[in-house]
Amino acid sequence: MSKTLFDKVWDSHVVQHIENGPDVLFIDRHLVHEVTSPVAFLGLKNRGIKVLYPERTFATADHNTPTRNQHLPVQDPLSANQLKALEENANAHNIPYWGLGHKKNGIVHVIGPENGITVPGATIVCGDSHTSTHGAFGAIAFGIGTSEVEMVLSTQCIMQPKPKRMRININGSLNKAVTPKDVALFIISQLSTSGATGYFVEYAGDVFKNMSMEGRMTVCNLSIEMGARGGMIAPDETTFDYIQGREYTPKGSDWDTAMEYWKTLYSDRDAVFDKELTFEAGEIEPMITFGTNPGMGMGISNNIPMAETIDGAVATFKKSLEYMDYNEGEAMVGKPIDFVFLGSCTNGRIEDFRAFASIVKGRKKADNVTAWLVPGSHKVEEAIREEGILDILEEAGFELREPGCSACLAMNDDKIPAGKYAVSTSNRNFEGRQGPGARTLLASPLVAAAAAVTGKVTDPRELMQEEAFA
Amino acid sequence: MAYDKFNILKSTAVPMPIENVDTDQIIPARFLKATERKGFGDNLFRDWRYNSDGTPKEHFVLNNPIYSGKILVGGKNFGSGSSREHAAWAVYDYGFRCVVSSFFADIFRGNCLNIGVLPVQVSPEFLDKIFTAIEADPNTELEVNLPEQKITILATGESEPFEINGYKKQNMLNGFDDIDYLLNIKKGIEEFAESTPL
Repeated sequence: MSKTLFDKVWDSHVVQHIENGPDVLFIDRHLVHEVTSPVAFLGLKNRGIKVLYPERTFATADHNTPTRNQHLPVQDPLSANQLKALEENANAHNIPYWGLGHKKNGIVHVIGPENGITVPGATIVCGDSHTSTHGAFGAIAFGIGTSEVEMVLSTQCIMQPKPKRMRININGSLNKAVTPKDVALFIISQLSTSGATGYFVEYAGDVFKNMSMEGRMTVCNLSIEMGARGGMIAPDETTFDYIQGREYTPKGSDWDTAMEYWKTLYSDRDAVFDKELTFEAGEIEPMITFGTNPGMGMGISNNIPMAETIDGAVATFKKSLEYMDYNEGEAMVGKPIDFVFLGSCTNGRIEDFRAFASIVKGRKKADNVTAWLVPGSHKVEEAIREEGILDILEEAGFELREPGCSACLAMNDDKIPAGKYAVSTSNRNFEGRQGPGARTLLASPLVAAAAAVTGKVTDPRELMQEEAFA
Repeated sequence: MAYDKFNILKSTAVPMPIENVDTDQIIPARFLKATERKGFGDNLFRDWRYNSDGTPKEHFVLNNPIYSGKILVGGKNFGSGSSREHAAWAVYDYGFRCVVSSFFADIFRGNCLNIGVLPVQVSPEFLDKIFTAIEADPNTELEVNLPEQKITILATGESEPFEINGYKKQNMLNGFDDIDYLLNIKKGIEEFAESTPL
């Protein structure tokens, strides 16, 4: 029978199907961080049980960590306590722990792929909704709650009803300055933040085939922002080239065996999807959001829509604009900004820093802008130095911080002050997400860079055109 | 952790007719630093509920004494965003046992079911009827009947059926949790694991 990529991976991991209930799904690899795990470990302790497969479990500290002076003790006592709890739990259960200062430390969804923990055909979970990132490799990867973290720690399984299948096709070539982030924000703007709820999405077509692994990770990362549990892309040579030789990927004859299997991971030609959507690459512009959810985005040269044209609750739309202190019909280009955040599991990889540097090179950070540039991991940080990107950034007046989730969710000190505007490469522009009262404009690293050097919302194509004539 | 049993809940309800209420609103990230599951109700809807100096925001529904009860009624796409179970814990800890909406985000719905808060999805029309009934009389009671999978506006007698899978329904009725189930089939899981290389 014809199967989708999603079906192939899901079905091969079902330990038991419960009639009129969920599937018991086996989890190959479990990523753990400090915020959503302590109560789960406490649950194990209360039941008097140990982690069933510590070798399938990996722990890192990222959500709650400072991005400066990581060699010093963490100042906030609550954060310090949570980090300590993770370290103790990891040690007590023999789980590899890559804490602050460890060379493999970084954002959980950056270090998984970097170290070869993420492989095609695997089931991967983590107590974090952006676990969908790992779907870029043709894995089924999704975020879970703490009760489920406890299930996976204790039994390596969770109980999930099988989601429906959706395929999103985008063919053609992307326009200038349109990045994977723009592709994702475009899709979310078309579907809304609940348009894919209940589905697992496969991304297909030229645009994704031609995308780098970093780009695919950005797209899959944002699947949750359209409500989907996860997104995936069939593995191909780009995927295999990326993972080969990484620490946890199979070696020697194990690699050959794995490759045989991985090459079967694609949707069969006549496989049926519950829903299928198609867009043209040429429709997509560099994107920016103007409201308080990731679905409230548009091409950067457009004006904020009028409430009467909105499909959905007008009151909620108006409440959102009120929070942003924006008006219907206004242009986004030219709006003043105060902060720029480059980083997060969405856009904290080397390609994102390359893109940012391509715009700020030879320019200067605008005086009215505070910029936080936070690599996704120490390995990304290392690449930024090695490739000479750090020099470009420093010459332009920027400072590079140490890795972590940082201002994406503002659990640490990296909080955007109330009322201030931040152009952010992260994933959520919810009210207060980046600090109480903070106002977030989600965008690509190129748009963020253009804002950082001009001090206002700027179409990056303008700066790139200048270069073309230079 | 096994949780409270849920059978029939009759209660007044707190109306929140806002769409896309995300889990960052339900509990902001800066309140996720605990290592134990307690006290999250104090920070439920923190930034909608309190000013930055800690004084209550007068117009927010949880600060309005005319509304109370064990049922929270929210707009479409309730619980979107972050997977933090802390959001469900905060809802529970505040005293809610049921959330009603016309549409729930996936992970939030699952988290609620896993801790004994019943998510009840109704049609947009029925949701409007509930909001209208509460607006007309804040003491309006709703009855959520899990065995019959039916929600009723007691003042008008209007009701609507709701869906829940049979497995989760039994868990909610009996206060069972998934880990008990999984630990019972551990042998099968271990056999499965042996055939699944890392």
